[in-house]
Parts: sequence; structure tokens; C-alpha cells
Amino acid sequence: MDFATLIQILDSTLRLATPLLLACLAGLFSERAGIFDIGLEGKMLMAAMASGAVAALTGSVWLGLGAGIAASLLLAALHGVASITFRGNQLISGVALNFLASGITVLVAQRLFGQGGRTPPLDGAARFNHLTLPFADAVRDVPILGPIYADLLSGHTILTYVALLAVPATAWVLYRTRFGLRLRAVGENPAAVDTAGISVVGLRYAAVAITGILCGLAGAYMATALQAGFGREMTAGRGYIALAALIFAKWRPWGALWATLLFGFFQALALRPDVVEGVAGVKIPVSLLDALPYILTVLVLAGFVGKAIPPRAGGEPYVKER
Amino acid sequence: MMDKLPKWADLVLVPLVSLLLAAVISALVILAIGQDPMEALNVMVTGALGSPYGWGYTLYYATSFIFTGLAVTIAFHASLFNIGGEGQAQLGGLGVALVCLALPWPHWTLALLAAGLGAALFGAAWAAIPAYLQARRGSHIVITTIMFNYIASALIVFMLVDVLRPAGQMDPATARFPPGTNLPTLDQIPGFNLIFTKTVPANVTLLVALAACVLVWAILWRTRLGYEIRAFGRSEPAARYAGINPFRIIMITMLLSGALAGLMSINNVMGESERLVQNSTEGAGFIGIAVALMGRNHPFGVLLAALLFGFLYQGGAELGLWTSIPIELRIVVQGLVILFTGALDQMVRMLLGWLFRFGSPRAA
Repeated sequence: MDFATLIQILDSTLRLATPLLLACLAGLFSERAGIFDIGLEGKMLMAAMASGAVAALTGSVWLGLGAGIAASLLLAALHGVASITFRGNQLISGVALNFLASGITVLVAQRLFGQGGRTPPLDGAARFNHLTLPFADAVRDVPILGPIYADLLSGHTILTYVALLAVPATAWVLYRTRFGLRLRAVGENPAAVDTAGISVVGLRYAAVAITGILCGLAGAYMATALQAGFGREMTAGRGYIALAALIFAKWRPWGALWATLLFGFFQALALRPDVVEGVAGVKIPVSLLDALPYILTVLVLAGFVGKAIPPRAGGEPYVKER
Repeated sequence: MMDKLPKWADLVLVPLVSLLLAAVISALVILAIGQDPMEALNVMVTGALGSPYGWGYTLYYATSFIFTGLAVTIAFHASLFNIGGEGQAQLGGLGVALVCLALPWPHWTLALLAAGLGAALFGAAWAAIPAYLQARRGSHIVITTIMFNYIASALIVFMLVDVLRPAGQMDPATARFPPGTNLPTLDQIPGFNLIFTKTVPANVTLLVALAACVLVWAILWRTRLGYEIRAFGRSEPAARYAGINPFRIIMITMLLSGALAGLMSINNVMGESERLVQNSTEGAGFIGIAVALMGRNHPFGVLLAALLFGFLYQGGAELGLWTSIPIELRIVVQGLVILFTGALDQMVRMLLGWLFRFGSPRAA
């Protein structure tokens, strides 16, 4: 494998890690506040459909993005009602919303466009375009660093840079603001937060709403940046992989970045069987490469996580003392 | 709080009201995509229940859902959420295919026994790894079983494309199973053939499924193991204190759960398609979650819920054929049923609590 191929693979790593990173940070807010969310997948799917559909109808990717976030927030609100207000089982609520999204997206897309549950292909202003970072062309010829800047870091859509910036932003909110402190507290010991006179329910709804917004970005990225349009089940388990990455990251923002880059790298490898075979020296069936991200996820969960301690109050509905 | 319901209401009314809510929202969804919900219901009832032919399909789907519903149920009793029924059932299909293709089976009874064993073993093996990881390493079983669903479908594709596909065949599937493995369908069984005069997909596996219901009930409520499973599910520290070994309970429960999910494939792979194709389970593993929740985690409830979902599946297929409502409506209803019975059950109870207080004479 030569340097140019490596840059190519790392470039698609960044491209594929973007939705994982956004979804992983989404899960981080929710789970740090004590609300498990396996519904990341469904929220992404819903956002992908809404953004793909609205972008196709209006020709504006920004309206699409807004619709995606709104659709994802809707599901997030449902999850909040079920798991915060009615103190239901959070895992089951997540599973239910995933199925709901899986069916509704096809029904709506079929009703709007009649193309078998897809949205029409997007182009021009209906898609996020690739941005060229300043001086990218000027420094391309610098050895090593030139290609890294010009081909790897430059040339992504704005959402990729938003996702990368969301990492320090999340870390800042979580560890440097009053809201972040309270959010972490509500995931560890909601009774203490309640005693301090702060609303547990309010904080948890806020966290779930942030989850909705970030999943909306992730889904919109799928339909309007990574692909050109929505297709049924297009998220293909990314919401679950993001969850696995969250555990791998031990619920920390910077960890989330490295974990999702790793999983993005696995996905990038699965797209390049030629390279994998060249490195491994034997013929590898395509289906094994397809399964690779999932197998590695299990391996990571099984052994290399170290001790991953989830937020203590995670999954437990809070019952106020009377 | 006054919203404690009588036991019968909790057992019967909560699932029924949940179902009603799911049906109302589904009707609104149908309206929203510009179709007529009453016509849709009509098509579903006629297609699924209006003829012995329709019933033959409804019972065929119900058979699969009984197995996957029982699989989720038994795991729920140990507080384990097995979302991996889909993958376990796919592996069960592989077990069935290997057994059926291994020998020229002389009679279907022998083949059924052997294939059932193969299906259960393969399903259980696929559940064993997530179970072990949960019991020993604390990897969350929900995530690992989901990952194993994806790995299973890749594995099946590999087996069908690169290993089991006969030379010269284009589509990724095994060869047809030999005639000695063909299970009698309901129209070939004395007694049933009075009702089912034409060929239907429902087959003798239905009887196996009913036996499985009884067996699971007996295991859970009439054996020491079942007691340990339920005790562990209620409170792990208490069970541990009582000398119950968590590792053993997690492993045994998940092996049973995987075996039940795997057994589903004698219905679809051996009884219906008579060869293994890609995605043979068609989501039945996931339906098991809805069936178990709707059936209140009791084998008899699972039986009723499986019939309901059998109706929904056959009726949904008819919708896809005769109306312009996409077949994915089934997944929407499935999601709504899971939402109301599993996550918003507290809301349904509150709703019923109001009704009860409203209906009963007010205390002075």
C-alpha cells in the first residue's frame, strides 16, 4: 500500500466517521444524563428521509437540514415522553422508535415520490458541496504534509467540520459549564440534583433534545452529503455502531472522536477489498469485509475497552420522593 | 397513588388498549398517506381471515412468531433483552439446511427431529457468544446481539454464495432439500385437511410451536431452573445471595432463547421454501419482541399475540398486493405495538386508572 492509497483510505475514513461521530456525541449527551438511547439509528434514518425529501422538493439543502433536525427532534421528544415522563423502559422505547422510523420513512417517501421508498437523486444546491480549505492547492506539492492537508483534511462538506468542532464544544459544555456539570450529575445521582432544587426532568429533556439535534445532523449528512438522496434503511446500523463507539469511548467526547475514527476506518477498509487483500496477501470474501465493522465492534466491546463504567443512573427512571 | 389496576385489567386491558392505540395511530398514518383505513382493514381481514387459504398463511406466520416470541420471553424473564432473535433464526436456518442436505432422509419425522436439533443447536450457538460476553465481560447484550444480527446475515451470504450454492446456479441459495425432508402441510394432515383443502404454507411445525409454548411454560413455572431464571430476573443481588450462579443462569437462558429462535427455521426453511435463501427470516426475529411484549411474557399470551401478528403480516402482504399502501405499514404497526406495550405501558395504565375511577361510584 503506497502513501497515496493510505491518504485515500484515511480520507474516506473521515467521510464515513462523520455520521458516526455526530451520532456518538448525540448518544453521549443522552446517556450522560441517564437516558439510554438505542434509537439513534431511527432518529438518523428519519432525519435522512426528511432532509432528502425536503431538499429534493425545495432544492435547498439548508431547508433539508432543518427538516432533518425537526424530524429527529420529533422522535427524540417521543423517547423523552416514554422514558422521562412515563418512566418506561428506555431500551424498548428505543427499539420501538427504530421500527417506527424504518416503516414511516418508506411510507412517506413512497407517498411523496413514488420511487419505491427512495427520494429522487439530489444535485447542486440540494446537496452539501465539498469545501476546499484555504491554500489547499498551494501546499499540495509539499511532501507528506501537503497531501495530508489538501487531500485528507480539505475537500469535505461543512458537516464534517461541524462534527469535528462538536468534539471540543461537547467537552467544553460537559466539563466547563454549569449546564454540563448538572447534566453529568443527573446521570450519576439524580436525587442529589433534585435536592439542590434543579429539575431532573428539565435537564433530561434538554439532553434528549440535544441528542435529537445531533442525530438530525448525522441523518442529514447521510442523505445530502455522503449520498445524494435517501434510500430505505440507508443508515445500515450506523446508530448501533455509534453506540458501540460510545461505550468504547467510555462516554467521553475525545474518546468518541478516536472511537468513531477507528470504526470509520473499518468501514473504509470494507470499501477497498483490493487494498485489504494486498496487505493480507490472501483473497478475502466480500461478505467478511462487510461484517468486519460489526465483528471488530464486538471484539472491542469484549476485550479492549478496559473497564467501561456507564453513568450510574443510566436507564433508571427517576421517581421523585414524596 | 390510586392508579393500581385490578389484576385482570392489567393482564387483559393493558395490551388491548395498547393495541387499540396502535391501531388508531396506524389509521391516521394511512389517512396521512392518502388512503382509506377502513378499506385497508377490510382488505386485511378478508385476505388473512376470510378464507382457509388466508388462514393458512396467517397460521404459517404465527408459527414463526411463536418461536421468536418465546425466545424473547424466556430471556425477558431473566432481565435479558435478546434483540438477536433475527440472527439466531438465520443461523438456525443454516443448521436446518446442513442437516437436510447431509443425508437422503427416509421419512420426514426423522428429518424433522434431526433438523430441529440442528436448528436449535445453531441458534443456541449464535446466542452463546453474546451471552458469554455479557456474563463474563459485562459487554451489553443488547449491543452485542444487534451486532451478531449483522454478522449473521453476512455469514449467511458467504455460506450461500461461496460454499453451499450448487455449481451452475445463479441465485445465492442452497440446493432443494431431498423429498424425504418435506414436511406435511396442514392440508395433508388428517383432521386439518377438512378445513384446508388447497395447499397452504402452514405445516406440521405449528404443532411443534404449540408444544414449545407448553414446554416453555413448564420450564418457567414448574422447574427449579425456571424459578432461578425468574428470581435472577427480578433481582440479581437477591438471586446471588440465594446461591444462584449468575453466569450459569445467563448462559442457560440465552442458550434456550437462541435455540427457540433457531427452531423457527424448521417452519420457514424446511416447511415452506425447502431450501435456504438469503434473508429467510424476513424480520420474524424482531417481531418476537413485539409478540413477547404484547403477550405479557407468558407463553399463552405469546400464542395469542403471534396469531395477531400472523394476521398483521398476512393482511399487510395483501395490502401490498391490492392497495397502494406499502407493505412497510407492518413495521410501523410493529413499532407502535412495541412502543405502547413496552415503553408507554405506564401511560396506558394511567389512562385505564382514570377510566376505572370515573366508572366506579365516588367515595364521599
